[in-house]
Amino acid sequence: MTTYFSEDHEWISIDGSTGTVGITEYAQNALGDIVFVEVPEVGDDFAKGDEVAVVESVKAASEIYSPVSGEIAEVNGELEDNAALVNTSPEIDGWFFKITISDDSELEGLMNADGYKAFTAGLE
Amino acid sequence: MSADDSNLLKTPLHSLHEELGGKMVPFAGYLMPVQYPLGVMGEHNHTREKAGLFDVSHMGQVVIMGENADIWLETLVPGNIVDLKTNRIRYTMFTDDNGGILDDLMITKRENDIFMVVNAACKEQDIAHMRKHLPDHLELTELNDRALVALQGPIAAEVLSRFATGADQMDFMSYAEVEICGAACFISRCGYTGEDGHEISIPADKADEVCRAILNEAEAEAIGLGARDSLRLEAGLCLYGHDITTETTPIEGSLIWSIGKRRREEGGFPGAEIILNQIATGKITRKRVGILPSGRAPAREGTVILDADDNPIGEITSGGFGPTFGAPIAMGYVTTENAANGTEIFLQVRKKKMDAIVAATPFVPQRYYRKQK
Repeated sequence: MTTYFSEDHEWISIDGSTGTVGITEYAQNALGDIVFVEVPEVGDDFAKGDEVAVVESVKAASEIYSPVSGEIAEVNGELEDNAALVNTSPEIDGWFFKITISDDSELEGLMNADGYKAFTAGLE
Repeated sequence: MSADDSNLLKTPLHSLHEELGGKMVPFAGYLMPVQYPLGVMGEHNHTREKAGLFDVSHMGQVVIMGENADIWLETLVPGNIVDLKTNRIRYTMFTDDNGGILDDLMITKRENDIFMVVNAACKEQDIAHMRKHLPDHLELTELNDRALVALQGPIAAEVLSRFATGADQMDFMSYAEVEICGAACFISRCGYTGEDGHEISIPADKADEVCRAILNEAEAEAIGLGARDSLRLEAGLCLYGHDITTETTPIEGSLIWSIGKRRREEGGFPGAEIILNQIATGKITRKRVGILPSGRAPAREGTVILDADDNPIGEITSGGFGPTFGAPIAMGYVTTENAANGTEIFLQVRKKKMDAIVAATPFVPQRYYRKQK
Protein backbone atom coordinates (compact mmCIF):
# COMPACT_ATOMS: atom_id res chain seq x y z
CA MET A 1 0.00 0.00 0.00
CA THR A 2 1.33 3.43 -0.94
CA THR A 3 0.88 6.43 1.30
CA TYR A 4 1.00 10.02 0.06
CA PHE A 5 1.09 13.28 2.02
CA SER A 6 -0.30 16.76 1.34
CA GLU A 7 1.08 20.18 2.23
CA ASP A 8 -2.02 20.55 4.46
CA HIS A 9 -0.66 17.67 6.59
CA GLU A 10 -3.07 14.96 5.50
CA TRP A 11 -2.01 11.45 4.61
CA ILE A 12 -3.81 9.23 2.10
CA SER A 13 -3.12 5.54 1.94
CA ILE A 14 -4.06 3.89 -1.36
CA ASP A 15 -5.66 0.43 -1.70
CA GLY A 16 -6.90 -0.06 -5.25
CA SER A 17 -9.30 2.80 -5.98
CA THR A 18 -9.89 3.58 -2.29
CA GLY A 19 -7.87 6.07 -0.27
CA THR A 20 -7.90 6.16 3.54
CA VAL A 21 -7.36 9.71 4.82
CA GLY A 22 -6.19 11.12 8.13
CA ILE A 23 -3.89 13.82 9.51
CA THR A 24 -0.21 13.39 10.19
CA GLU A 25 1.73 13.05 13.42
CA TYR A 26 3.10 16.55 12.71
CA ALA A 27 -0.45 17.95 12.42
CA GLN A 28 -1.80 16.33 15.59
CA ASN A 29 1.20 17.63 17.49
CA ALA A 30 0.62 21.15 16.21
CA LEU A 31 -3.13 21.05 16.94
CA GLY A 32 -2.79 19.75 20.47
CA ASP A 33 -5.51 17.93 22.39
CA ILE A 34 -8.26 17.02 19.92
CA VAL A 35 -11.76 16.95 21.40
CA PHE A 36 -13.99 16.54 18.34
CA VAL A 37 -13.77 15.52 14.70
CA GLU A 38 -16.57 16.32 12.25
CA VAL A 39 -16.32 13.70 9.52
CA PRO A 40 -18.20 13.86 6.19
CA GLU A 41 -21.30 11.80 5.35
CA VAL A 42 -20.91 8.53 3.44
CA GLY A 43 -21.94 9.11 -0.19
CA ASP A 44 -20.98 12.80 -0.26
CA ASP A 45 -18.78 13.95 -3.15
CA PHE A 46 -15.80 16.21 -2.70
CA ALA A 47 -13.39 17.84 -5.11
CA LYS A 48 -9.69 18.00 -4.30
CA GLY A 49 -9.14 20.93 -1.93
CA ASP A 50 -12.74 21.01 -0.62
CA GLU A 51 -13.30 21.33 3.10
CA VAL A 52 -14.14 17.75 4.02
CA ALA A 53 -13.77 17.55 7.81
CA VAL A 54 -13.16 19.73 10.85
CA VAL A 55 -10.85 19.00 13.75
CA GLU A 56 -11.55 20.77 17.04
CA SER A 57 -8.86 21.11 19.67
CA VAL A 58 -9.45 22.75 23.06
CA LYS A 59 -8.13 25.95 21.47
CA ALA A 60 -9.64 26.16 18.00
CA ALA A 61 -11.31 24.56 14.98
CA SER A 62 -9.20 23.58 11.96
CA GLU A 63 -10.51 22.64 8.53
CA ILE A 64 -9.31 19.52 6.75
CA TYR A 65 -9.21 19.66 2.95
CA SER A 66 -9.72 16.63 0.75
CA PRO A 67 -6.37 15.58 -0.78
CA VAL A 68 -8.18 14.06 -3.79
CA SER A 69 -11.56 14.18 -5.52
CA GLY A 70 -14.04 11.38 -4.94
CA GLU A 71 -16.96 9.95 -3.01
CA ILE A 72 -16.89 9.14 0.71
CA ALA A 73 -17.08 5.35 1.12
CA GLU A 74 -16.70 5.01 4.89
CA VAL A 75 -16.06 7.17 7.97
CA ASN A 76 -14.29 6.27 11.21
CA GLY A 77 -17.12 5.93 13.73
CA GLU A 78 -14.63 5.46 16.58
CA LEU A 79 -13.81 9.18 16.44
CA GLU A 80 -17.32 10.12 17.52
CA ASP A 81 -16.70 8.98 21.09
CA ASN A 82 -12.93 9.09 21.10
CA ALA A 83 -11.53 12.01 19.11
CA ALA A 84 -8.30 11.67 21.11
CA LEU A 85 -7.45 8.68 18.87
CA VAL A 86 -6.21 11.31 16.43
CA ASN A 87 -3.62 12.36 19.02
CA THR A 88 -2.62 8.87 20.12
CA SER A 89 -2.65 7.16 16.71
CA PRO A 90 -3.00 9.76 13.96
CA GLU A 91 -1.65 7.61 11.15
CA ILE A 92 -3.33 4.29 12.06
CA ASP A 93 -6.42 4.13 14.33
CA GLY A 94 -7.22 7.84 14.02
CA TRP A 95 -8.07 7.77 10.30
CA PHE A 96 -10.96 10.04 9.27
CA PHE A 97 -12.59 8.57 6.16
CA LYS A 98 -12.18 6.36 3.12
CA ILE A 99 -12.76 7.95 -0.27
CA THR A 100 -13.33 6.33 -3.69
CA ILE A 101 -10.81 8.20 -5.81
CA SER A 102 -12.25 9.59 -9.05
CA ASP A 103 -8.99 10.75 -10.62
CA ASP A 104 -5.77 8.85 -9.91
CA SER A 105 -3.69 11.57 -11.56
CA GLU A 106 -4.37 13.86 -8.60
CA LEU A 107 -2.08 11.67 -6.49
CA GLU A 108 0.86 12.86 -8.56
CA GLY A 109 0.76 16.27 -6.91
CA LEU A 110 1.20 14.75 -3.44
CA MET A 111 4.43 13.93 -1.60
CA ASN A 112 5.86 10.58 -0.59
CA ALA A 113 7.03 9.94 3.00
CA ASP A 114 10.55 11.25 2.36
CA GLY A 115 9.21 14.34 0.57
CA TYR A 116 6.82 15.10 3.42
CA LYS A 117 9.58 14.63 6.00
CA ALA A 118 11.71 17.18 4.16
CA PHE A 119 8.68 19.47 3.83
CA THR A 120 7.97 19.50 7.58
CA ALA A 121 11.67 19.87 8.39
CA GLY A 122 11.55 23.08 6.36
CA LEU A 123 8.71 24.40 8.54
CA GLU A 124 10.64 24.20 11.80
CA MET B 1 9.42 33.65 15.98
CA SER B 2 8.80 35.61 12.79
CA ALA B 3 10.08 39.06 11.87
CA ASP B 4 6.55 40.39 12.42
CA ASP B 5 6.94 39.78 16.15
CA SER B 6 9.72 42.33 16.48
CA ASN B 7 7.40 45.13 17.57
CA LEU B 8 5.76 42.97 20.23
CA LEU B 9 6.52 43.60 23.87
CA LYS B 10 8.05 40.96 26.10
CA THR B 11 7.19 40.45 29.74
CA PRO B 12 9.93 40.20 32.38
CA LEU B 13 9.38 36.41 32.25
CA HIS B 14 10.08 36.07 28.53
CA SER B 15 13.32 34.11 28.81
CA LEU B 16 11.75 31.79 31.39
CA HIS B 17 8.88 31.03 28.97
CA GLU B 18 11.34 30.21 26.20
CA GLU B 19 13.42 28.05 28.50
CA LEU B 20 10.27 26.15 29.55
CA GLY B 21 9.39 25.51 25.89
CA GLY B 22 6.46 27.93 25.80
CA LYS B 23 4.82 28.38 22.41
CA MET B 24 4.92 32.16 22.09
CA VAL B 25 2.12 33.96 20.26
CA PRO B 26 1.15 37.62 19.83
CA PHE B 27 -1.52 38.67 22.33
CA ALA B 28 -2.62 42.24 23.09
CA GLY B 29 0.68 43.60 21.79
CA TYR B 30 2.80 41.14 23.77
CA LEU B 31 4.50 37.87 23.00
CA MET B 32 2.80 35.47 25.41
CA PRO B 33 2.95 31.70 25.97
CA VAL B 34 -0.25 30.08 24.66
CA GLN B 35 0.93 26.71 25.97
CA TYR B 36 3.95 24.79 27.22
CA PRO B 37 4.94 21.22 26.33
CA LEU B 38 2.32 19.90 28.81
CA GLY B 39 -0.40 21.12 26.41
CA VAL B 40 -3.65 23.01 26.96
CA MET B 41 -5.56 20.01 28.33
CA GLY B 42 -2.76 18.93 30.65
CA GLU B 43 -2.21 22.49 31.88
CA HIS B 44 -5.94 22.96 32.46
CA ASN B 45 -6.18 19.75 34.47
CA HIS B 46 -3.02 20.51 36.42
CA THR B 47 -4.50 23.84 37.53
CA ARG B 48 -7.73 22.16 38.67
CA GLU B 49 -5.76 19.50 40.55
CA LYS B 50 -2.69 21.26 41.93
CA ALA B 51 -1.23 24.70 41.23
CA GLY B 52 -0.72 26.56 37.94
CA LEU B 53 1.45 29.66 37.47
CA PHE B 54 0.26 32.13 34.81
CA ASP B 55 2.19 35.12 33.50
CA VAL B 56 -0.31 37.99 33.30
CA SER B 57 2.31 40.74 33.20
CA HIS B 58 0.70 42.10 30.04
CA MET B 59 -2.17 43.37 32.18
CA GLY B 60 -2.05 46.95 33.42
CA GLN B 61 -1.22 47.74 37.04
CA VAL B 62 -2.19 51.25 38.05
CA VAL B 63 -2.11 53.20 41.31
CA ILE B 64 -4.28 56.23 42.07
CA MET B 65 -3.01 58.29 44.97
CA GLY B 66 -4.59 61.24 46.73
CA GLU B 67 -7.39 62.24 49.03
CA ASN B 68 -10.80 60.72 48.31
CA ALA B 69 -9.54 58.78 45.32
CA ASP B 70 -12.31 56.27 46.04
CA ILE B 71 -15.03 58.93 45.75
CA TRP B 72 -13.58 60.09 42.44
CA LEU B 73 -13.28 56.53 41.11
CA GLU B 74 -16.99 56.01 41.70
CA THR B 75 -17.63 58.64 39.01
CA LEU B 76 -16.15 56.16 36.49
CA VAL B 77 -17.28 52.73 37.78
CA PRO B 78 -20.60 51.38 39.13
CA GLY B 79 -18.92 49.35 41.90
CA ASN B 80 -19.06 50.40 45.54
CA ILE B 81 -15.50 51.61 46.13
CA VAL B 82 -16.12 54.10 48.93
CA ASP B 83 -17.35 51.40 51.33
CA LEU B 84 -14.63 48.96 50.36
CA LYS B 85 -12.51 48.22 53.43
CA THR B 86 -8.74 48.67 53.41
CA ASN B 87 -6.91 45.73 51.80
CA ARG B 88 -10.07 44.43 50.16
CA ILE B 89 -10.59 43.88 46.43
CA ARG B 90 -13.64 44.47 44.25
CA TYR B 91 -14.53 43.51 40.68
CA THR B 92 -16.10 46.31 38.67
CA MET B 93 -16.02 47.91 35.22
CA PHE B 94 -15.51 51.24 33.49
CA THR B 95 -18.79 52.19 31.81
CA ASP B 96 -19.44 54.69 29.03
CA ASP B 97 -22.27 57.21 28.65
CA ASN B 98 -24.40 54.63 26.84
CA GLY B 99 -24.03 52.15 29.70
CA GLY B 100 -21.62 50.03 27.66
CA ILE B 101 -18.56 48.42 29.23
CA LEU B 102 -15.16 49.98 28.41
CA ASP B 103 -13.23 47.37 30.44
CA ASP B 104 -13.62 45.22 33.51
CA LEU B 105 -11.10 45.48 36.31
CA MET B 106 -10.10 44.66 39.88
CA ILE B 107 -9.81 47.50 42.37
CA THR B 108 -7.95 47.17 45.68
CA LYS B 109 -8.29 49.78 48.39
CA ARG B 110 -4.89 50.02 50.06
CA GLU B 111 -3.82 51.91 53.18
CA ASN B 112 -2.78 55.05 51.27
CA ASP B 113 -3.97 54.61 47.69
CA ILE B 114 -5.94 52.55 45.22
CA PHE B 115 -4.35 49.74 43.22
CA MET B 116 -6.04 48.41 40.13
CA VAL B 117 -5.48 45.73 37.53
CA VAL B 118 -6.94 46.27 34.06
CA ASN B 119 -6.97 44.23 30.85
CA ALA B 120 -3.91 44.29 28.61
CA ALA B 121 -5.77 45.22 25.44
CA CYS B 122 -7.55 48.11 27.20
CA LYS B 123 -4.86 49.50 29.46
CA GLU B 124 -3.77 52.44 27.31
CA GLN B 125 -7.37 53.42 26.69
CA ASP B 126 -8.26 52.98 30.41
CA ILE B 127 -5.36 55.15 31.52
CA ALA B 128 -6.25 57.85 28.98
CA HIS B 129 -9.87 57.68 30.16
CA MET B 130 -8.85 58.12 33.79
CA ARG B 131 -6.36 60.89 33.03
CA LYS B 132 -9.03 62.76 31.10
CA HIS B 133 -11.22 62.84 34.21
CA LEU B 134 -8.47 62.97 36.84
CA PRO B 135 -8.70 65.96 39.22
CA ASP B 136 -5.48 67.87 39.95
CA HIS B 137 -5.14 66.59 43.48
CA LEU B 138 -4.96 62.93 42.39
CA GLU B 139 -1.92 61.23 40.93
CA LEU B 140 -2.09 58.28 38.51
CA THR B 141 0.92 55.99 38.16
CA GLU B 142 1.24 53.02 35.87
CA LEU B 143 3.43 50.36 37.49
CA ASN B 144 5.46 49.49 34.39
CA ASP B 145 8.24 48.17 36.57
CA ARG B 146 6.23 45.27 37.99
CA ALA B 147 5.39 41.83 36.64
CA LEU B 148 2.08 40.14 37.49
CA VAL B 149 1.54 36.40 37.83
CA ALA B 150 -1.36 34.30 39.05
CA LEU B 151 -0.86 31.13 41.08
CA GLN B 152 -4.12 29.19 40.88
CA GLY B 153 -5.43 25.82 41.99
CA PRO B 154 -6.45 23.88 45.10
CA ILE B 155 -2.84 23.71 46.35
CA ALA B 156 -1.82 27.19 45.12
CA ALA B 157 -2.29 28.98 48.46
CA GLU B 158 -0.34 26.30 50.27
CA VAL B 159 2.51 26.63 47.78
CA LEU B 160 2.57 30.42 48.13
CA SER B 161 2.49 30.20 51.94
CA ARG B 162 5.86 28.41 51.80
CA PHE B 163 7.27 31.75 50.58
CA ALA B 164 4.87 34.13 52.31
CA THR B 165 3.76 32.83 55.69
CA GLY B 166 0.05 33.25 56.23
CA ALA B 167 -0.82 33.70 52.55
CA ASP B 168 -3.11 30.68 52.86
CA GLN B 169 -5.03 32.35 55.71
CA MET B 170 -6.00 35.44 53.70
CA ASP B 171 -9.69 35.77 52.88
CA PHE B 172 -10.95 35.66 49.31
CA MET B 173 -10.67 39.10 47.65
CA SER B 174 -8.18 40.42 50.20
CA TYR B 175 -4.75 42.00 49.70
CA ALA B 176 -1.41 41.91 51.50
CA GLU B 177 2.16 43.12 50.97
CA VAL B 178 4.76 40.43 51.56
CA GLU B 179 8.37 39.67 50.83
CA ILE B 180 9.12 36.75 48.50
CA CYS B 181 12.79 35.92 47.78
CA GLY B 182 13.61 39.37 49.15
CA ALA B 183 11.26 41.10 46.70
CA ALA B 184 8.44 43.39 47.83
CA CYS B 185 5.34 41.69 46.41
CA PHE B 186 1.64 42.56 46.42
CA ILE B 187 -0.50 39.45 46.82
CA SER B 188 -4.24 39.40 46.14
CA ARG B 189 -6.37 36.36 46.90
CA CYS B 190 -8.22 36.28 43.62
CA GLY B 191 -7.77 35.07 40.08
CA TYR B 192 -9.63 34.18 36.94
CA THR B 193 -9.80 30.38 36.88
CA GLY B 194 -12.56 29.67 39.42
CA GLU B 195 -9.93 28.11 41.66
CA ASP B 196 -8.44 29.34 44.92
CA GLY B 197 -5.16 31.18 44.60
CA HIS B 198 -3.44 34.54 44.40
CA GLU B 199 -2.30 37.12 41.94
CA ILE B 200 1.23 38.25 42.72
CA SER B 201 2.68 41.59 41.65
CA ILE B 202 6.49 41.38 41.63
CA PRO B 203 9.19 43.99 40.89
CA ALA B 204 10.18 43.27 37.28
CA ASP B 205 13.83 42.64 38.07
CA LYS B 206 12.92 39.95 40.63
CA ALA B 207 10.06 38.31 38.70
CA ASP B 208 12.20 35.66 37.05
CA GLU B 209 13.75 34.63 40.37
CA VAL B 210 10.41 34.52 42.22
CA CYS B 211 8.73 32.50 39.47
CA ARG B 212 11.59 30.03 39.23
CA ALA B 213 11.36 29.52 43.01
CA ILE B 214 7.61 28.90 42.81
CA LEU B 215 7.97 26.55 39.82
CA ASN B 216 10.63 24.67 41.75
CA GLU B 217 7.86 23.48 44.07
CA ALA B 218 6.67 20.00 43.07
CA GLU B 219 2.99 20.97 42.72
CA ALA B 220 3.51 24.04 40.49
CA GLU B 221 3.57 24.11 36.69
CA ALA B 222 3.70 27.00 34.22
CA ILE B 223 0.36 27.43 32.43
CA GLY B 224 -0.31 29.26 29.16
CA LEU B 225 -3.09 31.45 27.82
CA GLY B 226 -4.88 28.49 26.19
CA ALA B 227 -5.68 26.87 29.52
CA ARG B 228 -6.35 30.27 31.09
CA ASP B 229 -9.18 30.65 28.58
CA SER B 230 -10.70 27.19 29.10
CA LEU B 231 -10.44 27.58 32.90
CA ARG B 232 -12.18 30.99 32.96
CA LEU B 233 -14.89 29.78 30.58
CA GLU B 234 -15.66 26.79 32.81
CA ALA B 235 -15.79 29.20 35.75
CA GLY B 236 -18.34 31.34 33.86
CA LEU B 237 -16.09 34.41 33.88
CA CYS B 238 -16.30 37.05 31.15
CA LEU B 239 -13.55 37.76 28.65
CA TYR B 240 -13.51 41.47 27.84
CA GLY B 241 -13.87 42.27 24.15
CA HIS B 242 -15.81 39.06 23.64
CA ASP B 243 -18.42 38.42 26.36
CA ILE B 244 -18.67 42.07 27.39
CA THR B 245 -17.96 45.11 25.20
CA THR B 246 -19.07 48.71 24.72
CA GLU B 247 -22.15 47.19 23.04
CA THR B 248 -23.25 45.42 26.24
CA THR B 249 -24.33 46.94 29.54
CA PRO B 250 -23.48 45.29 32.88
CA ILE B 251 -27.16 44.27 33.13
CA GLU B 252 -27.23 42.62 29.70
CA GLY B 253 -23.89 41.06 30.63
CA SER B 254 -25.44 39.45 33.75
CA LEU B 255 -23.08 41.45 35.98
CA ILE B 256 -25.85 43.14 37.99
CA TRP B 257 -24.39 41.52 41.15
CA SER B 258 -21.35 43.79 40.83
CA ILE B 259 -23.43 46.93 41.39
CA GLY B 260 -24.10 47.45 45.10
CA LYS B 261 -27.31 48.75 46.69
CA ARG B 262 -26.00 52.26 47.34
CA ARG B 263 -24.75 52.71 43.78
CA ARG B 264 -28.12 51.52 42.44
CA GLU B 265 -29.81 54.19 44.54
CA GLU B 266 -27.35 57.02 43.94
CA GLY B 267 -26.04 56.38 40.43
CA GLY B 268 -23.30 58.87 39.57
CA PHE B 269 -21.32 56.72 37.11
CA PRO B 270 -21.25 56.98 33.29
CA GLY B 271 -24.39 55.56 31.71
CA ALA B 272 -26.14 55.33 35.11
CA GLU B 273 -29.44 56.54 33.69
CA ILE B 274 -29.55 53.70 31.19
CA ILE B 275 -28.16 51.05 33.52
CA LEU B 276 -30.36 51.97 36.49
CA ASN B 277 -33.41 52.09 34.23
CA GLN B 278 -32.59 48.58 33.05
CA ILE B 279 -32.38 47.44 36.68
CA ALA B 280 -35.63 49.21 37.67
CA THR B 281 -37.76 48.05 34.74
CA GLY B 282 -36.04 44.77 33.96
CA LYS B 283 -36.34 45.82 30.33
CA ILE B 284 -33.42 44.52 28.35
CA THR B 285 -33.65 42.88 24.95
CA ARG B 286 -30.86 40.36 25.41
CA LYS B 287 -28.87 38.74 28.15
CA ARG B 288 -25.60 36.85 28.58
CA VAL B 289 -26.22 33.19 29.44
CA GLY B 290 -24.37 29.91 29.74
CA ILE B 291 -24.95 27.45 26.89
CA LEU B 292 -24.49 23.68 26.76
CA PRO B 293 -24.32 22.21 23.25
CA SER B 294 -25.87 18.72 23.35
CA GLY B 295 -23.34 16.92 21.15
CA ARG B 296 -19.56 16.73 21.20
CA ALA B 297 -18.91 19.58 18.76
CA PRO B 298 -17.73 22.82 20.36
CA ALA B 299 -19.59 25.97 19.23
CA ARG B 300 -17.06 28.78 18.83
CA GLU B 301 -17.33 32.55 19.15
CA GLY B 302 -19.55 33.98 16.41
CA THR B 303 -21.81 30.92 16.16
CA VAL B 304 -25.38 32.04 15.43
CA ILE B 305 -28.04 30.96 17.94
CA LEU B 306 -31.46 30.04 16.51
CA ASP B 307 -34.90 29.21 17.88
CA ALA B 308 -36.89 26.13 16.78
CA ASP B 309 -38.23 28.08 13.78
CA ASP B 310 -34.71 29.05 12.60
CA ASN B 311 -35.06 32.68 13.68
CA PRO B 312 -31.74 34.13 14.87
CA ILE B 313 -31.99 34.89 18.62
CA GLY B 314 -28.37 35.57 19.48
CA GLU B 315 -24.71 34.70 19.15
CA ILE B 316 -22.01 32.77 21.00
CA THR B 317 -19.34 35.09 22.45
CA SER B 318 -17.04 32.44 24.00
CA GLY B 319 -17.15 28.77 23.22
CA GLY B 320 -14.95 25.74 23.41
CA PHE B 321 -14.43 22.48 25.17
CA GLY B 322 -14.39 22.28 28.96
CA PRO B 323 -11.71 19.74 29.89
CA THR B 324 -12.96 19.42 33.49
CA PHE B 325 -16.62 19.60 32.49
CA GLY B 326 -15.88 16.96 29.86
CA ALA B 327 -18.03 18.43 27.09
CA PRO B 328 -18.43 21.55 24.97
CA ILE B 329 -19.43 24.72 26.86
CA ALA B 330 -20.17 28.25 25.75
CA MET B 331 -21.59 31.58 26.70
CA GLY B 332 -23.38 34.10 24.57
CA TYR B 333 -26.25 36.53 24.27
CA VAL B 334 -29.83 35.47 23.60
CA THR B 335 -33.07 37.44 23.48
CA THR B 336 -34.51 37.88 26.98
CA GLU B 337 -37.46 35.55 26.35
CA ASN B 338 -34.98 32.75 25.61
CA ALA B 339 -32.66 33.45 28.53
CA ALA B 340 -34.18 31.20 31.22
CA ASN B 341 -32.09 28.20 32.24
CA GLY B 342 -33.31 25.08 30.49
CA THR B 343 -34.54 26.91 27.37
CA GLU B 344 -33.99 24.79 24.27
CA ILE B 345 -32.02 26.67 21.63
CA PHE B 346 -30.15 25.72 18.46
CA LEU B 347 -26.64 26.47 17.25
CA GLN B 348 -25.71 26.81 13.60
CA VAL B 349 -22.34 25.04 13.59
CA ARG B 350 -21.12 25.02 10.02
CA LYS B 351 -23.85 23.22 8.03
CA LYS B 352 -25.50 21.58 11.02
CA LYS B 353 -28.18 22.90 13.35
CA MET B 354 -27.29 21.51 16.77
CA ASP B 355 -29.43 21.26 19.90
CA ALA B 356 -28.32 23.17 22.98
CA ILE B 357 -29.79 24.42 26.22
CA VAL B 358 -29.40 27.60 28.22
CA ALA B 359 -27.62 26.61 31.43
CA ALA B 360 -26.44 28.12 34.69
CA THR B 361 -22.80 29.14 35.07
CA PRO B 362 -20.26 28.35 36.43
CA PHE B 363 -20.04 25.05 34.54
CA VAL B 364 -17.46 23.87 37.08
CA PRO B 365 -18.09 24.95 40.70
CA GLN B 366 -15.89 27.84 41.83
CA ARG B 367 -13.65 26.89 44.76
CA TYR B 368 -12.67 30.24 46.24
CA TYR B 369 -11.32 30.28 49.78
CA ARG B 370 -13.80 31.31 52.42
CA LYS B 371 -12.39 31.86 55.88
CA GLN B 372 -14.15 30.02 58.71
CA LYS B 373 -15.77 32.72 60.83
